[in-house]
Amino acid sequence: MLEVTNAVVRYGAITALQGISFDVREGEIVTLLGANGAGKSTTLRMLSGLHAPVEGRIVFEGRDVTMTKAHQFMALGIGHVPEGRRIFPQMSVEENLEMGAFARRGSYSDDIERMYAMFPILKDRRKQMGGNLSGGEQQMLAIARALMGRPRLLLLDEPSMGLAPMVVEMIFRIIAEIRGQGTTVFVVEQNAAQALRLADRGYVMENGRIVFDDTAANLLVDPRVRAVYLGEEVEEV
Amino acid sequence: MGAFAHFLAGHFDTLRLEFWSLLVGGVANGFIYGMVAVGYTLVYGVLRLINFAHSEIFMTGGFASYFVLRAVMGTSVPSGWATFGVILVGIVVGGTAGALAATLLERVAYRTLRRRNAPKLAYLISAIGASYFLFNLAGKEFGRYNESMPQPYINHPVFTIFGAPVQLYYLVIVAAGAVMWLVLDRFVAATKLGRGIRAVAQDAETASLMGVNIDRTIAITFALGGALGGVGGFLFGLGSGVVYTMGFVPALKAFTAAVLGGIGNLRGAMIGGLILGVVESLSIAFVQAAYFDVVAFAILVLVLLVRPTGILGERLGRSA
Repeated sequence: MLEVTNAVVRYGAITALQGISFDVREGEIVTLLGANGAGKSTTLRMLSGLHAPVEGRIVFEGRDVTMTKAHQFMALGIGHVPEGRRIFPQMSVEENLEMGAFARRGSYSDDIERMYAMFPILKDRRKQMGGNLSGGEQQMLAIARALMGRPRLLLLDEPSMGLAPMVVEMIFRIIAEIRGQGTTVFVVEQNAAQALRLADRGYVMENGRIVFDDTAANLLVDPRVRAVYLGEEVEEV
Repeated sequence: MGAFAHFLAGHFDTLRLEFWSLLVGGVANGFIYGMVAVGYTLVYGVLRLINFAHSEIFMTGGFASYFVLRAVMGTSVPSGWATFGVILVGIVVGGTAGALAATLLERVAYRTLRRRNAPKLAYLISAIGASYFLFNLAGKEFGRYNESMPQPYINHPVFTIFGAPVQLYYLVIVAAGAVMWLVLDRFVAATKLGRGIRAVAQDAETASLMGVNIDRTIAITFALGGALGGVGGFLFGLGSGVVYTMGFVPALKAFTAAVLGGIGNLRGAMIGGLILGVVESLSIAFVQAAYFDVVAFAILVLVLLVRPTGILGERLGRSA
């Protein structure tokens, strides 16, 4: 569904992504793990056209989207839940949802009702300003907003960031449910244990490179992952 | 004693009449300031910068309507329904010219800088450069003298308020200002494009993730502000004539009005314009006519000192 080949992204003199390749197949949940500054967010920003790669190729559903502009991705079927949620603070919950449907033509009121059914708390808060919601509510709104564009691929950037453990549980349950409804998911996470329990496969990044990848089940027991990302002491072999 | 009281009462009557006359004129001026202030506030909302070339958009609206009306009217002085026809033509031409000039300005002086991620200061210099280029070009091409706008019959009083005559000219300004502002307010609050403008104002990057074309939205924002500024130029020119420097003082006052109301706030721009127009007009009675312009800029300095966010505060995001 999504294929990235040898992508290089630079910020001025800094090379943030040093030629990364990975793929996401239809129906999967794929996670991208890595420490702060490894290039995870840059990868997602590249997939949404916020930072075009200077080398390499991105193909989505057989179409080359390497140079596609940010505002065209939603219409192509890629939804983005940005890091830090980025809710429009001075728009109501409902207006935030309407923004998610900006790239669509025609009526989307059914989708708003579908989101309210999926996230009843958003229905209660529909008239409230986005900036007045709690972190968990904002995360749900950010996900619902991205789903308003009816994406076939959903990109999530650190969905658990700054949330209480119970809320994180709920967000991850929601992500599983979204996949159950047929949307492919690519999620960047610091919370490696949680992400790997949810995902089918995972990639691990270090310093702008993908250093290894495997099924999520294997990564969960991989000593390299356990040592670095699951915070466990590993006995010397 | 009786005679003195009579003199006082008579003096009071003149003062009262003067007050109401000045108030009427101040409100009309205020609506023009408000129309122009909206342009500053819209652009500030989406780009976080002051478009200092807005004065020349005002001038462009004035000259465009001047040339078209001169061609249409010749030396005739229309009255009755023809007056409204002429005013409508002036508004449409001024507004269109203002919108086109603002869009062109955005393309040339701003978008090119945005492509290069230029620092804010570069935009300021670019705007001032564009402003000087435009008004000097107008001076060279259209002459250095004030030309009066072809006059339809608009200076007759329609009714009086406490004895103060309200001329048709003032009514036209108030009606045009109120209608345009209401339409703009609804447009920004309730249409999809308006929502796009607010989204860009609140978080441009996230807006683009939602499918909002930022360049197009910025161009539309300039066009909207330019349209109102161009109409302001026509209505101002109708009373004061057109000249290449006509934009400078009114636009600076409109900028003051935008700051007074809260830059980035559409309602604030209109309220700020009205307050400024009325206060500076009344200052003629209470201070001296010579201090007219001083009062406006004293207000700017005071607002910046006491409440830099203006009366309503900055929030283009919140629909209006």
